[in-house]
Amino acid sequence: MWSIISLLVENKPGILFKVTNLFRSRNFNIDSISVGVTENPEFSRMTITTLGDEKQVTQIIKQLDKMIDTIEVKRLDEKMSVYRELVLMKIKVSKPSDSMEIMNIAKAFECEVHDVRKTSIMVELTATPDRINAFEDLVRGFGIIDVARTGICALARGGADES
Amino acid sequence: MSGARSLMVALEKEGVDIAFGLPGGANLPIYDELYKSNIRHILARHEQSAAHMADGFGRVSRRPGVCFATSGPGATNIVTGIATAQADSAPMVAITGQVPLKMIGKDAFQESDIIGISNPIVKYAFQPTSATEIPEVVKKAFYISSTGRPGPVLIDIPKDVQQNEAEIPFPSEVKIRGYHPWVDPDITQIERAIDMLLSAERPIILAGGGVIISGAFAEIQSIAELLMIPVVTTFKGKGSFPENHPLSLGPIGMHGHAEANKMMTEADCVLAAGSRFSDRSVGTFEEFEKRLKIIHMDVDPAEIGKNQTTTVAIVGDVKASLRIMVKMLVQKAIRRNGDYPWVKRMKETKDYYRENLKLHDHPLAAAKVLRKLREVLPHQSIVTTEVGQHQMWASLFFDVIHPGTFFSSTGLGTMGWGFPAAIGAKAAKPGVPVVDIAGEGSFNMTENSLAVSVLDNLPVIVFIMNNFSLGMVAQWQRTFYDRRMMAIDLKNCPDYVKIAQAYGAQGIRAQSLDEVGNAVKTALKSDVATVIDIPIDPQEDVLPFVAPGTPLTDMILPS
Repeated sequence: MWSIISLLVENKPGILFKVTNLFRSRNFNIDSISVGVTENPEFSRMTITTLGDEKQVTQIIKQLDKMIDTIEVKRLDEKMSVYRELVLMKIKVSKPSDSMEIMNIAKAFECEVHDVRKTSIMVELTATPDRINAFEDLVRGFGIIDVARTGICALARGGADES
Repeated sequence: MSGARSLMVALEKEGVDIAFGLPGGANLPIYDELYKSNIRHILARHEQSAAHMADGFGRVSRRPGVCFATSGPGATNIVTGIATAQADSAPMVAITGQVPLKMIGKDAFQESDIIGISNPIVKYAFQPTSATEIPEVVKKAFYISSTGRPGPVLIDIPKDVQQNEAEIPFPSEVKIRGYHPWVDPDITQIERAIDMLLSAERPIILAGGGVIISGAFAEIQSIAELLMIPVVTTFKGKGSFPENHPLSLGPIGMHGHAEANKMMTEADCVLAAGSRFSDRSVGTFEEFEKRLKIIHMDVDPAEIGKNQTTTVAIVGDVKASLRIMVKMLVQKAIRRNGDYPWVKRMKETKDYYRENLKLHDHPLAAAKVLRKLREVLPHQSIVTTEVGQHQMWASLFFDVIHPGTFFSSTGLGTMGWGFPAAIGAKAAKPGVPVVDIAGEGSFNMTENSLAVSVLDNLPVIVFIMNNFSLGMVAQWQRTFYDRRMMAIDLKNCPDYVKIAQAYGAQGIRAQSLDEVGNAVKTALKSDVATVIDIPIDPQEDVLPFVAPGTPLTDMILPS
C-alpha cells in the first residue's frame, strides 16, 4: 500500500539524516522524499511516500512522531490532498518526425519544453506520479536519455487537515 | 566564563554531584573545570564501564547518570553503554569531547562522528557550536533524558566550544516544541480496562520494566490484591512485584518460570503495564494473542501496537494510570474474591511446578547457590547481573522481595554490564549492599573496574557462578548444534581470587553451600569489594527453556 506522510520538522542540520536513518533502522521503506523550508523558516516540511501495510505505516507515523524534532506528522488521504511531482526528462530525437511527435505528446500533457536540440528534447512535467508514469510510457519508444524526478510534495486540502 | 565552566555550573544546577568518566585530549578543558568543581569524579578504566556506571546510577537513583569521554575512541567506546541504556530506557547524559569545530570533517586525530554513530541508540543528541548554548543544551538534555520514557542523551562538545569565553545565559526552564513526554491517561480507557478485567475469567497482570521505572510498586500490588489477579512479570519487570507474594508467578519468557509461562498462555485478558512484548518475553505470540484481550499501558505511544494488537490502549505514565485505576476501584468499592476458579488454577499450577520440576543434581547447582545468596542477603540489597546463564538462573531462583532492587541488561544483553553498573548503583545508594550476580565470562569483560571499586571506596560484591565456559553459548551448542562445542572453553583462567587480590579487593573461593553463605556474610562486613568465585557444574543448563521462535507453551523442562 502506498501512503503519503507529511512531516513538519525543525529546520536544523541533520534532521533529514535522522528521518532517513529512522526508516533504515526500523526496516521501513522510503519510496520518495522531498524536503523544503516552510513559510516559517524555523520549520521544514518533508513529504515522504512509503510502501507498507496498515500496521507498518501506523508504526512509521508513531516513530516519526516520537522524534523530538518532529512538530507534526500527518498521513495524507490521496483524495483529500493535492500532491504533485516534478520530472525533467531528456528524450532522444532519432529522426526529424520524432520532434513533432514528442512535441505533440508534451503539449497534450501540458509539459514545459526546454532545450530543444537536433538529437534531444528536454521537457518538464509537474503532475501526479501516475500521470508522469503515463507520459513516460508514451515517450519511452523514442528513447529516454535521462530522467530526474523530485518525488512528490503534498498538502492536505482546505478543511481536510482540521479534523 | 568558558564553555567548560558553564557546563560544570549547568550540571551542578541539575543536581549532579557525581560523574563517571575518562579524560583525553578533546575533553581536557572539561576535566580542568572538574578539578575546580564539587562534582565527585569517578575515574573509570574504560569508557564503556564509565557509561555502565552512569547507567547503574541512573536506574537506581532514577535521575540521569552522567559520564564523560573524550573524542574518537573515547566516544566510540561508550557506544555500547549508550545502546544498553537505550534498550532498557535508562536515564543517562553522556558528554563527549569533540575535535575543534574547524577540524570537524577533516579526519582529524581522534575524530569520530559520534553524533552520526550514536543516532539510532540515543533518545537525543546535541552538538553545541558555541559556548553560549551549553547551559540550555544541558537543561534540555536532563529534561529529555528523565521524562516520558527515559533514555540516554548525548552532548558532544567541540574542544574550542569548551574553551571559548563568552557571556553565557543560564535559562531557568526550557521548552522543546516537538517533545510532549507526558500524556494524561484516558479515563474512559481505564474504565474499559476495569470492566474487561472484571468480566474476564482468567485475567493476568504482566508487569514490565515501566512499573520499576515509574516506581508503581504499591499501585500494581493494590490492583492485584483488590481484583485477586495473578501477576507475572517480564524479565525487566522482575521484582516489580514481591516474588514471595501469593499472587506472584515470576517472570515469563524464554527462561521464565514454568508456572508463569503456563498461566500467561492460559489467560484470557492481560493487563500489560509498561511492557513492550519483547520476543524474549512472549516468544511467538500470534497463537494465543488471538484469544487474549490485551490492555496495554505505556508511556510511549509508539509501543502500542508495535509488537502486538491491543484491545485497550492506555497511553501515559504507568504509575499515573495505575493510580487512577486503584482510585476508581476503591471509590466504587470494586473487589473480587479470591475464590474464583482461576486463582485456584494458579495455586495448583504453582504447586505442581514447584513440587515436580526436577532441580539440577549437583552440590553447587544454580538453584542452591542462588537460594543461599537470597538467604543471607538483606532484602533491600541491590542486585545487578551480567548476561548469560547466571542471569537467567537469577531470574529463576533468586526471588526479589523488595520491589525495584533488581537490575539487569535485559534489552541489549550486554555482557560486562553488571559489575560497573553495580558500582554506579553503590554510588547512588551507598548505604545498602550491592551484589553483581556474575558469570566469569561476563565479569572478564569489565573486571578492571575492580580498581574503581577499591580506590573510590564503592565496595560491591561480585558473585561469580564460575562454569569455566561461555555457559549460555555452550547450552545452545548442546541443545541446537549437536554438542559441537566451539569457542566456549575459558579453561579456568584467570584465577579470580588472585585477580581480586591484585586489585586490593578481597577474593574468596567458595566450594560448598556453607562456604557460599559464609563468603557472602564476610563480604557484607567488608570495606572493600569482594569477589566470590564459586565453581559450579559446567554441564548445568538453564531450564525451563523456550526455544527462540516458538510459543511459551513449548517449554523444554528438566527431565
